[in-house]
Amino acid sequence: MKLHDAEIVDTFAEAFPMWGARVVITAETPEWALEAGRSMTGFATSVIGCKCEASIERELGPGETPDGRPGVTALLFAMDREGVGKRLVERVGQTVLTCPTTACFNGIEAEKTVDVGGQLRFFGDGFQASKVLEGRRYWRVPVMEGEFLVEERFGVVEGVAGGNIIIFAREHATALRAAQAAASAMHQVEGAIMPFPGGIARSGSKVGSRYGALSASTNDAMCPTLRGQVAHTDVPADVEAVFEIVIDGLALEPVREMMRRGLIAAAQAGASHVTAGNYGGNLGPHHIHLRELVP
Amino acid sequence: MTLTLTLREPPALPLQAEVLTPDRLAGARRTEIEALEVWHGNERAQLGELFDVSGDGDDDVRVEGDLSRVKLVGAAMSTGRLTVAGPVGMHAGTGMTGGELQVEGDAGDWAGAGMLGGRLVVRGSAGRQLGGVYAGDRAGMRGGEIVVHGDAGEQAGAGLRRGLIGVAGRVGAAAGLRMLAGTIVALGGLGARAGAGMRRGSIVTMAPATPPATFIFACTYRPPFLALYLRRLRALGLAVSDEQLDGRYDRWSGDGLELCRGEILILEDRRA
Repeated sequence: MKLHDAEIVDTFAEAFPMWGARVVITAETPEWALEAGRSMTGFATSVIGCKCEASIERELGPGETPDGRPGVTALLFAMDREGVGKRLVERVGQTVLTCPTTACFNGIEAEKTVDVGGQLRFFGDGFQASKVLEGRRYWRVPVMEGEFLVEERFGVVEGVAGGNIIIFAREHATALRAAQAAASAMHQVEGAIMPFPGGIARSGSKVGSRYGALSASTNDAMCPTLRGQVAHTDVPADVEAVFEIVIDGLALEPVREMMRRGLIAAAQAGASHVTAGNYGGNLGPHHIHLRELVP
Repeated sequence: MTLTLTLREPPALPLQAEVLTPDRLAGARRTEIEALEVWHGNERAQLGELFDVSGDGDDDVRVEGDLSRVKLVGAAMSTGRLTVAGPVGMHAGTGMTGGELQVEGDAGDWAGAGMLGGRLVVRGSAGRQLGGVYAGDRAGMRGGEIVVHGDAGEQAGAGLRRGLIGVAGRVGAAAGLRMLAGTIVALGGLGARAGAGMRRGSIVTMAPATPPATFIFACTYRPPFLALYLRRLRALGLAVSDEQLDGRYDRWSGDGLELCRGEILILEDRRA
């Protein structure tokens, strides 16, 4: 299939279930909210090495937050509900509680919840206090600046992880430009995130390694520099660089929509090929075919 | 359509009418409603002897007339919406667990006392012991929301354990007396001895106030939780200003004779 001048490979992304939560962080200024959001979602690119995947979903105006202040929403994903709860307690506790002027709220109404504020309250060393409003419990944790307000329970839902597109171009600069254009277009979609830096991964991985201690290693079939060394390469002869955009969503539809927007934007920005990664259909129940996304 | 009960004339003696709840009235046939028993003074009477019944409705009930001598309207109601188009007597909404009771006039003493859930809205003023505690009970209001558009009498929120009481006007003496937790917001000011004996919880006022001598000044700051509560009260129709939403509050901790875990928050007086 051709889209603009790009070849859209007839393949599919193979996505699998992961549990996710949405965190709403507010602060006195948009800058502090963003700072806290970035800290909370830092070092959360891949569940393989970071125990979770997280990123800022979008910025919020004062009219969109529970306390009428500017804020951000962030999504965090882990392999199970317990994992989401643990990572939230660690990350909210170390990066949001500590950040000046912030407060932290649940951003998903869900049947299943995990305890976050109910754990972080213990930082108050007995001086913490709770408030219940409209059936939701909040904890007021005294801190040197004043008080940190955090909601007790956060909703968790079974989401979809592993959506992806892989972008090729004949020149490195073009590949990066196409990937950036794709990430920018994809960022507009709510309910899904791209957990890698700027949304873009330059180091896609394959399962396993010749070294027993590693569960993943470089995707040699996608490395242009290895074209002459590997038995099989997926890099066309005229391609100079490859980037991958990985997507996690609270549901399948936002993942599909992100892929659709990214595919179009990358093709428009000069990608020579757009493909997707899968495991032969054996890993995940969600197969998102690129041919269904091409307009 | 709304089920409407109209009080023919104010009763000569107090009327005890805990049957006036959506739980008992909604979906019932007119003959069943007219046969419901009430106490008129020390005599039993049937509702139909005192009220005209018209219309029907699944969970929306309206009671019209001067009910200032009718007690226990909406008591223990758990669902639906009950509107009193005028004043209502003592114990309105006491022990209610859900639904919404709207009083378009004044409410007598003990409105919402021992309330567990739901919402009580008083368009006029409320008497003493709003959301209060009955003698012998461990706690007063234990959940839900009370919104009063006028003033409230003495001992509003006495024994309060959980829930929100918002009053647009002034609250009488000893608001939050021996309260255990929960939140009282008095936009128009507090009477004397507010928070006396309180263990936990918050009493908030927008007018200058002098806490009891057993309260200790802590600091002036913006309590993050308060924005949620004030925005909620604004959504419920109280005139919360931007200055109050964004303002700084003096925090007084008390009561020092008890746990000293409660607080009185007073909007910073910028004229000082």
